[in-house]
Amino acid sequence: MAAPVSSVGKPSAERPPFSSTSFQKKTRSKLISIPGTRPSVQNGQLLVSTGVTSLDYLLGGGLAVGTVLLIEEDRFDSYSRMILKYFLAEGVVCRHELFVASAQDNPDDILQELPAPILDDVAIHKPVEQPRLSCEPQDNLDAMKIAWRYQNLPKVQSALASSSRFGHYYDVSKTMEPEIRQAAKCHRFYLPEHPTQSSTTHSRMIESYSALLKSLQEVIHREGFDLSTPMSMSRNILRVGLHSLGSALWNDDLSCHDDPMHSHALTTFLYGLRALLRSSLSVAVVTVPSHLIQDQALMGNITRLCDNAIALESFKGSERETNPLYKDYHGLLHVRQVPHLNCLASQLPDHKDLAFKLKRKQFSIEVCCQRLHLLCATLSRRRSSANLCLLLSAIG
Amino acid sequence: MFTELSSILNATPDRFTQGEFILVSDRQSDASFLIHHFLSFYLRAHYSAISQRLGVSLTQAREKSQLIFLEGLKESLSILIPQTPQQEVKLCTSSEILLLAYRGCMSMSSDGGGEEGVEEWGPPVLLVDDVSVLLSLGVSAGAVLDFSHYCRATVCSQLQGNIVTLVRCHGEEAEDDGSDGGSEWLLKGLAHQCSLTLHVQGLPTGYCRDIHGQVEVCWRRRRGDGQHTQKKLFQYKVHNKGASFFAPGTSSAVL
Repeated sequence: MAAPVSSVGKPSAERPPFSSTSFQKKTRSKLISIPGTRPSVQNGQLLVSTGVTSLDYLLGGGLAVGTVLLIEEDRFDSYSRMILKYFLAEGVVCRHELFVASAQDNPDDILQELPAPILDDVAIHKPVEQPRLSCEPQDNLDAMKIAWRYQNLPKVQSALASSSRFGHYYDVSKTMEPEIRQAAKCHRFYLPEHPTQSSTTHSRMIESYSALLKSLQEVIHREGFDLSTPMSMSRNILRVGLHSLGSALWNDDLSCHDDPMHSHALTTFLYGLRALLRSSLSVAVVTVPSHLIQDQALMGNITRLCDNAIALESFKGSERETNPLYKDYHGLLHVRQVPHLNCLASQLPDHKDLAFKLKRKQFSIEVCCQRLHLLCATLSRRRSSANLCLLLSAIG
Repeated sequence: MFTELSSILNATPDRFTQGEFILVSDRQSDASFLIHHFLSFYLRAHYSAISQRLGVSLTQAREKSQLIFLEGLKESLSILIPQTPQQEVKLCTSSEILLLAYRGCMSMSSDGGGEEGVEEWGPPVLLVDDVSVLLSLGVSAGAVLDFSHYCRATVCSQLQGNIVTLVRCHGEEAEDDGSDGGSEWLLKGLAHQCSLTLHVQGLPTGYCRDIHGQVEVCWRRRRGDGQHTQKKLFQYKVHNKGASFFAPGTSSAVL
């Protein structure tokens, strides 16, 4: 982790004993199980699902709690917005709390567009109604003709069964039912609702980012996501979704000027966000319109301040849309950064040519076989198998 | 501690040059694994879980006051989100922040050794993980150079200790920043102050699963007739237990 830690260590004069090991086994009793999370097999970190199972696989099993995922938006912000909605929908299904911040659309509108989960056993919470017992007749349902013995059984399984799964699938042609959505607790931050006071002192961040950071800190503290609160309370995860940071709607001129006046506002905010997340049980997804930011060094700084970073490049409107080699996909996905938390080596994906396709029931990310097709096409003309082997190994 | 790197640098934990300023930098790559090497090297035994695998216990070192952590991330939150209007007024220029950091470092180094039961440690070592984050926070590169100069004057010259600093850059070397405050500028300034540079870069041929990049080690020794620079290039691979360094082209995946 690239946090600025300065430590003063004084080497000892005598040799320390090598025989004593400092390895301590983590006792299971100390780990509390929170629904919708699982420990990582690589480094023992607590992981949550992003809502897209192929993205979970790319990130090493899931998103670690306390980290930030940066999504560089595609040109029309269609697929990055979709991934943000997947992330929030996964939070609703796992019964996590949500925090949505946006300057462009009302967070309520974003929440109404969440995709419907494909599960026949999602527990629908109706706190006003009594739970249906198997002896009550269910008149409003069609009578089962074949499996009539199962007709009187309750339609929903217990809540524990559905939230023990890690990663769910969603149908993007339907929106989530209001009952499921309203069962989850959502905190909103809509920038036009927060009037900016003019500060006389020179502040490091612009007012919109400071207001957002302050609001997030208040929510974390009030709802008990802070790691310093006593462990006896039941714990939950806070999913933070921040839409389009760095755009002009946040009063930031990063994407408007080549030489912005507030060049450190977003990076300072991301630093503060990381400080907040590391000390609480929360995870954040931030989308940034990187195609509008001209300064590559600044984009590099922004990427390094986040733990995970991916970039989406959609084919819509570009000449690749009609290219027959790319006809199976909607765009390319670039993995910019993968963290190495609590271990030396990072889990970089084996292949760098990844493409994504948004299907109705799945957002799939695959290795783009375009280059392989090209090579096979050229080599079949030469009919040399030795060349084929060499070139195939060069792709990696 | 990576044994291969220690032999490359001709240093063992029992015998290493004192008063050194070591600069670790990277470009489009991640050099933080080298910080773990230096941490465990100087202790012999973010950092705790990895150090256990390298054979050093950070918690024990912390208990014995051998290791003192100054976590900028935790302290920063109170500065970034001022709770009262008075705090906001005190929120200072970048040079004042660095002055606070410098004073913190110096007070840590002067403690310890005076009380009973505390072991006598040797000369102090200052490890700075990622000075480039200070640039992202709006601190000017000139102020960071001043900070490193003052630290070097105190730690290296006065207390005969060592400093290890990590700087991260982005982009190609030929890119001219133009403005005064870029990380390239900071890297060049720090490179002139230090006696040993380890520059980590990706491979010029692209991404490879078995070779994670190359390290250029550069010694700047002062002889009677002037500066003498010796450079060596290695390739490396990071795995869970450490990192292996080898001459270019001699990776175990290739041979």
